Parts: sequence; structure tokens; C-alpha cells
Amino acid sequence: MDKMPKWADVILIPLISLLLAAIISALVILAIGEDPIAAVKLMVNGALGSTYGWGYTLYYATNFMFTGLAVAVAFHASLFNIGGEGQAMLGGLGVALICLFVPWPHWSLALLGATAAAAVFGAAWAAIPAYLQARRGSHIVITTIMFNFIAAAVLNYVLVNVLRPTGQMDPATGKFPTATHLPTLHDILSPLGIAFSKAAPANVSLIVAVLACVAVWLLIWRTRFGYELRAYGFSESGARYAGISPFRITMLAMMISGGLAGMMAINNVMGEAERLVMNAVEGAGFIGIAVALMGRNHPFGVFLAAILFGFLYQGGAELALWTSIPRELITVIQALVILFTGALDNMVRMPLEKLFLALRRKEG
Amino acid sequence: MDYLTILQILDSTIRLATPLLLACLAGLFSERAGIFDIGLEGKMLMAAFLSAAVAYVSGSAWLGLLAGIAASMALSILHGLASITFRGNQLISGVAINFLAAGLTVLIAQDWFRQGGRTPSLAGNARFEPITLPFAETLQSVPVLGPLYHDLISGHTALVYLAFACVPATWWVLYRTRFGLRLRAVGENPAAVDTAGVSVVGLRYAAVVICGILCGIAGAYLATALQAGFVKDMTAGRGYIALAALIFAKWRPWYALSATLLFGLLQAVALRYQNIDLGGVIIPVQVMDALPYILTVVILAGFVGKAIPPRAGGEPYVKER
Repeated sequence: MDKMPKWADVILIPLISLLLAAIISALVILAIGEDPIAAVKLMVNGALGSTYGWGYTLYYATNFMFTGLAVAVAFHASLFNIGGEGQAMLGGLGVALICLFVPWPHWSLALLGATAAAAVFGAAWAAIPAYLQARRGSHIVITTIMFNFIAAAVLNYVLVNVLRPTGQMDPATGKFPTATHLPTLHDILSPLGIAFSKAAPANVSLIVAVLACVAVWLLIWRTRFGYELRAYGFSESGARYAGISPFRITMLAMMISGGLAGMMAINNVMGEAERLVMNAVEGAGFIGIAVALMGRNHPFGVFLAAILFGFLYQGGAELALWTSIPRELITVIQALVILFTGALDNMVRMPLEKLFLALRRKEG
Repeated sequence: MDYLTILQILDSTIRLATPLLLACLAGLFSERAGIFDIGLEGKMLMAAFLSAAVAYVSGSAWLGLLAGIAASMALSILHGLASITFRGNQLISGVAINFLAAGLTVLIAQDWFRQGGRTPSLAGNARFEPITLPFAETLQSVPVLGPLYHDLISGHTALVYLAFACVPATWWVLYRTRFGLRLRAVGENPAAVDTAGVSVVGLRYAAVVICGILCGIAGAYLATALQAGFVKDMTAGRGYIALAALIFAKWRPWYALSATLLFGLLQAVALRYQNIDLGGVIIPVQVMDALPYILTVVILAGFVGKAIPPRAGGEPYVKER
């Protein structure tokens, strides 16, 4: 019998962890001499108070949905993919190549092509650490960290020496052709009579991200492969005994994970920047870890957590603009969320389990 | 390439290898006791900031060093709390610590100094000054060995000599003391150590604290010796390179010295030359940047020797199952 009812595990523990992270964040804001309540008001206003704010919140959330799903899929196979950052960089390279060198007639086709290219590049970048883990026994966490740095070097080389247009100083590709520009939420919503900010970068990739959440849910809980994935994650020896190949699961789980991380590029590279720049990912690969932990590795949880982090990102930018609180506050909040929901999970769980056991004994 | 150029590159190799060496030895203590630590980067960064801040305010680099060690140890204890006491995921805790340091350093620096997340430049006693070893000036005129002694061996800060002294010290502690034997045992088979009546929790906390001290020195070296003050993200991935060196060294102290010197040399060469021309084949600078990571992946994959981590690494110890 479980020590706790399921709702406590799924809802109560994340909420308490989030509350602890929020309290410490508030203390940090107090310590640097600012007012936490005013800060929260400013963040809510800046991120959710206008369609412009929503546009940025949803834009960031789209990134985090992809990287959060990436980490979550790997977690289900008990693999920790820290390489989302590098996989998203390579995904960006795939998007850039396919947008620059294929003459697309319409954005919808370009989106399909770019999504495929981003997924293939991201999956390929994750496949090498996966192979090394499955066949050579090297630790996936260390190799994916190393591959983040190698990806940065590769991207740096390609941008400086290959894709940079002649005469341009900064290491970036040229602008993508107009036919590959994705419609923003303004373009999508205005025919429906809904006014949405024109300046905000949220675009059609948001819909792709939501579809990806549904697809991952189907994959993990409604397919044979998803069952094998979870079985492997739960007990490697048990899965092996049931005839599930660890090599196959490791490879496929990491490639799906890398593919999802790579697909982030359709949002930031194709949808927003419309060219590939050096620092396009901006740490979104790492935020995926926080998002997956917060969302308890469930696609719906990832969806909610991604919107929460999108809000934090846009709110944090507003704070940096209007107060003397630097943007790095968000990095601190993100660290606290990872700490409390990931590493210090037992600190919340152990007393709660005791509490529920005591309650049950009283009833019995 | 003449003799003096080679000496200059080797000299800068030593300067750049020092923080890697300290962080690598820090990781060695922690991982030999079975606690994975990918938070080396964060601890160094935190130490770099607080040492620079205290050194600036007090005007003493040594006070800065103490503050840096304290900052790094605070994060170490947090890591210990998460991974030893609450038996959480050590990797996730390390990731959290790296972000915590990246955010807090800039946040506090901005609040204290209002210079865009950096400390003011350090000068005079707030920095560690190079030490000229005895007879370095008089022996400089001796051919070959004179410049070697004067340029390469003499003229570093106290922390560099301390870092190099840490290598035999680490070897001695790990392989010649009772504490070292137990520390290594707790990383391989904690249940056996527990059965012998030695506290697994105590040993692991001791290892984590030593790790914190060494990371603290490494961070203080970055901000108060190698450079003059703290700037945002100044560790620039050195914690991860140290981690790579640790694997490269297969978790052994003397190998850690050669691995960090090699990676330091790569950094020194990349700093001095942009693209290297090897008889027609041009090696771009990005290859030098990526080489430590590529080498580590190759070593990890077991293509050149096999790197086997401590057996109980990453697993929290539960007394009774």
C-alpha cells in the first residue's frame, strides 16, 4: 500500500516545494532591499497584464515545453539528459540550413521541413552519448555535459567560418528568406477578431509545442514502446528479464529526447530571430530540467510548468527594466525550484509521509 | 618558436592549470567518497565573488581567501544536505548549485557595488602578488636553466604553489592515512564501512567539506590572483573542465596533475594563437576549445584505457534495506 494518497504525491508535494522556493526568493528580494510584493505585482503586470506580455510569456513557454518534454522523456527511462542545451543548438543549425538552402514556397511547408530538420539534428547529437552509454558504459550525464561544450564549439566554427555572409562582423547567418517567416499569434488571431500584440514573438510553434505534449503523453502511456520505456526506467534488470533491450530503449529514448530539444529551434531561430545567432538557446536547455522536475515528468505538468517559467522569464525581464533587480533573480528562482523539487524532494516527502501514516492510524 | 616563447606558454599553462587542478582535486575527494559533484563550477564562482568582494572591502587578499572558502563550503554543505541527509539526486543538486551561484553572485554584486554584476578592480594587497623565489634574479643569466627557474618556476602567487603542494598531500591523505582508506572504501562499498562501525554519513560530509575548501581556494585564485576582481560567469566552464580532467585522471591525484596541466596547456595555446597552421592544415581555435571535452568523451568511452568511477558513486546510502 502506498504511504500517501496519489493526489498528495502529484499536487501537494510540488506545491509545497514551489512555496518553499517562493519564500526563499522573497527573502532574497528583501535582502537586496526591494519589496517582494511590489516585485510580484510588477511581474504579473508585465507578463500577464497585456497581450504583449502574454506574447513573450508564451514565446518563452514554447521553448521550455520542448526542452521540458525532452528532459521528461529521458527521465522516464531513468536517463538524465543535461544535453538539451547542445541538442537545441544543433537543432538551430538544422533549421538554419534547411531555411537558407531550400527554396520553400510557403511557410507551412517550411515549418514541416524545419521541424524535421531540427528533430533530426537534435536526435543525432543525442545519439552519440546514448550509444556511448549503451555500448561503452560511459556515464550519460558527463557525456551530455561535454557535448554541450562541443556543440558550442561546432556552432561557433560553423557560424564564423561557413555560414556568416561575407562582410558581416557578428557570427550569425544571414536573414532567412521571407517565405520561411512563421505567422505570429497576431497573424493567427486577428482574422478571428481577437486583438493580439503585433510586437510579441509568440508564433505558430506554440501549437506545435502543445501537439508535442499530447504526442509525448500518447507515446509514454498509450504505446508498447512507452510501456517498455517506463519499465526500463523503473527497473533495468526487470525490463531485461522481460525481454526489453536496454540498448534499444537507451538509444530511442535519448534520440526522442534530443529531437524534442532540437525542435525548440523552430520557435527561437525560425519564429523569433529569423536567423541563427551564436547564443540562440539562452539556457533554455537547462531550464528544461527545472520544468520537467516541476511538472513531475508528465506532459501536462510540463505544459503548466513551462507557462510558469515563461511567466518568470518575462516577469524577470520587466523587473530588470523597471527596478534595480537584475535578470539573474530568475536564475536564482530556477535554481531553487530545481533544488526543492529535485534534490531536496525527500525533505518535503518524508515528513508528509509520516503525517499521512499518522492520520491513517488514527482512522484505523 | 624560440625557447623564451615556449617558456611563456608553459608559464601561462601553470597559471591556467592552477584553478583546474584545485577544482579537480576537490572533485576527487568528493567522488572518491561516492558523492558525484557537478557543482564544482558553482562553488568556484561563489568563492570567486565573495573573495573578491571581501578582498576589496578589507584590502586583504588573505581575508578574501577565507571568505571564498566559507562561501564555497556553504554550498558544499547544501550539496551534502541534499545528497547525504535527504538522499536526493546528487546530479540534480549539482545542477541547482551551479544555477544558484550563477544567479546569486550577480544579484549580490549588483546590490553591493552597482557595477553591473561585478566587483571593483582589486589592487595592492587585495590581490595575491607574485612571489620571487630566492636567487631567481641572480641565476637568471645562467643559460637554459636560469630563465627556466626565473620565468617558469619562480614568480607565481602563493596559491599556485599551494595548489601544486596539494597533489602530494592528497596522495598522502588518500593512500597513507586511515582516513583516506576509509574515504576510498566509502565510495566503493559503504555497507562494509558501516559494518566496521565507521560512520558513512560522517565520512561523506568530511569529503564534501574538503571539496568545498579546495573549490573555495580555486575560486579565490581566479578572482584575486589570476584576475583582479570578479566578473559575471568568470569561471567560464572551468568546473566542467576540472570534472573532465578528473575522469581523464581516472580519479587519481598524480594523474589529476598531468591531466589539468594538459588542459591548461590547451587553454594557454588557444589564448595565444587563434588558428594554428600545421604545415598546410589549419587547426581552428574552436578545436582547441573543444579538445578537453572531446578527449574526455574518448576516455570515457574506453577507447584509450578505461575510466572506472568509484562503484558507489551517485548512490545515497540507506542503512537498512
